[in-house]
Amino acid sequence: MPSRTIRTDYLARVEGEGAMTVRLDGDRVEHVELRIFEPPRFFEALLRGRSFREAPDITARICGICPVAYQTSAVNALESLCGVDVPEPIRLLRRLLYCGEWIESHALHVYMLHAPDFLGYDGAVELAKDAPQAVERGLALKKTGNEVMSLVGGREIHPINVRVGGFYRAPTRRELRVLVEPLERAREAALETVRWTAGFEFPERTVACDLVALSQPGEYAIERGRVRSDTGLDIDAADYDEHFEEEHVERSNALQSRLRGGGTYLCGPLARYTLNHDALSPLAREAARDAGLGTSCRDPFRSIVVRSVELVYACDEALRVIAAYEEPDAAAVPVEPVAGTGYGVSEAPRGLLYHRYRIDGEGTILDAKIVPPTSQNQLAIEDDLRNVVAGNVQLDDDRLRNLCEQTIRNYDPCISCATHFLQLEVERR
Amino acid sequence: MTRVVLAVGNAYRRDDGVGLAVGAALAGRVAPDVVVVPCEQEPSRLIDAWNGAATAVVVDAMVSGARPGTVHRFDASTDAIPAGVFRSSTHAFGVGDAVELARALGRLPARVLVYGVEGEAFDAGEGLTRSVQDAVPNVVAAVLDDLTETT
Repeated sequence: MPSRTIRTDYLARVEGEGAMTVRLDGDRVEHVELRIFEPPRFFEALLRGRSFREAPDITARICGICPVAYQTSAVNALESLCGVDVPEPIRLLRRLLYCGEWIESHALHVYMLHAPDFLGYDGAVELAKDAPQAVERGLALKKTGNEVMSLVGGREIHPINVRVGGFYRAPTRRELRVLVEPLERAREAALETVRWTAGFEFPERTVACDLVALSQPGEYAIERGRVRSDTGLDIDAADYDEHFEEEHVERSNALQSRLRGGGTYLCGPLARYTLNHDALSPLAREAARDAGLGTSCRDPFRSIVVRSVELVYACDEALRVIAAYEEPDAAAVPVEPVAGTGYGVSEAPRGLLYHRYRIDGEGTILDAKIVPPTSQNQLAIEDDLRNVVAGNVQLDDDRLRNLCEQTIRNYDPCISCATHFLQLEVERR
Repeated sequence: MTRVVLAVGNAYRRDDGVGLAVGAALAGRVAPDVVVVPCEQEPSRLIDAWNGAATAVVVDAMVSGARPGTVHRFDASTDAIPAGVFRSSTHAFGVGDAVELARALGRLPARVLVYGVEGEAFDAGEGLTRSVQDAVPNVVAAVLDDLTETT
């Protein structure tokens, strides 16, 4: 068999820009690479010299899909450095805002980007022609996520209401009640989503690497938690750099992460589900069981079902938070800068998001480091690609390329989620 | 709301911010029934953003190999935006996808015009390149003409 190269310069239906190259020599997989172009490096530079109070607003601009994740990891890092623990109503509001982001992001990925792979469509447009009700359900779910973000965050995208110490304004109980009915409908739609995706056909695959996610006693960790793995890691955000390392890879401006002394690991829905299954709400657990998921899941193709279960959970949890919400005495607590280094983590829809800031006594940012989930997952994605290609070398180039793209989409990578321009190419890839 | 201008883009990706620049330049120069919405979000949101509008004008940056600053205009209400062309969008779900998805679902406004401004630089950073900046007044004038015709 001659050598051949499968190449995709721009990955359709993956967030942002990306490129993939697979080189085969006969049946042997010679080279697999996923090139990514990441914005955080630019933002780390942009943050230097700015006030620590600007960090949530600036980092929210990194991603059009998960601004709340960036804001949350930023305020977690800075508040912990300054010795502030926000009151419970403020924490719950942040959790509610984050649930809105999960709902929006997961609905986008499940319906618009990932489901077409399983159903044999080129994309959501083609799917909508045959299954308009399904796509409308996805859009309605997304819209509910947007509504939560607008009401709590002040704006649907790049929420402007989050600040170090809390919020600029806290909604009243009455204001939040407006969300109850849409969220109840969304929860039904999410349950239907689980039933829908559970009926897809899945190739049997599992990934063997370590799984890493936040964990928090008594709740499915989203906006806070300790960094844990299924192989015994259990650390505070402040110890992240001791246990994880990033290496620069020439082909991308992203950094690839690995566990020090260990290796490849995976964060995101499979890791969260496997580590924290018992913390899901009874309704989400029941939906998972009915969908045929066990208490853990290492199958990247079934990540679409896990995301659907997390959709149920996010709706359920948003409703629980609204029911329990007590208006805080003040929308924010005062935070005075403390010279030093602060560390923060949270669970972005795609996985663990780590921030580190060094500030001086005036609150000026001297140094910032941001490790998004996609750079943490890049090695795992490449490993998985290598195995998928090795097991499917008999496929022709087009089918193999499609399978590779689907393999990458299983991880919902946010390769550079900060560009919107229309890429017009006359030639087909 | 009968008419809406959706200014799509990201001000931190150089020329990708051109749609936002056009939107900002239109503010205060459009009729009272025209709503100008900056859209920094992923484009499937457009479908909700133009919901209920009779006319939607969308402005975004694009790349086709033309000279930077070239202004392209698509009348999406009469012509389908070719799926093959927009599948290669570098974003998850491009403006073309949003138009065609809305068409498939019967949620496209009666009149939809899409302006694409050929960009040159899309790396992380602020500020448009000169040729793209120079195109902004032309796009603004063209959009105002379109809005006059659809009054």
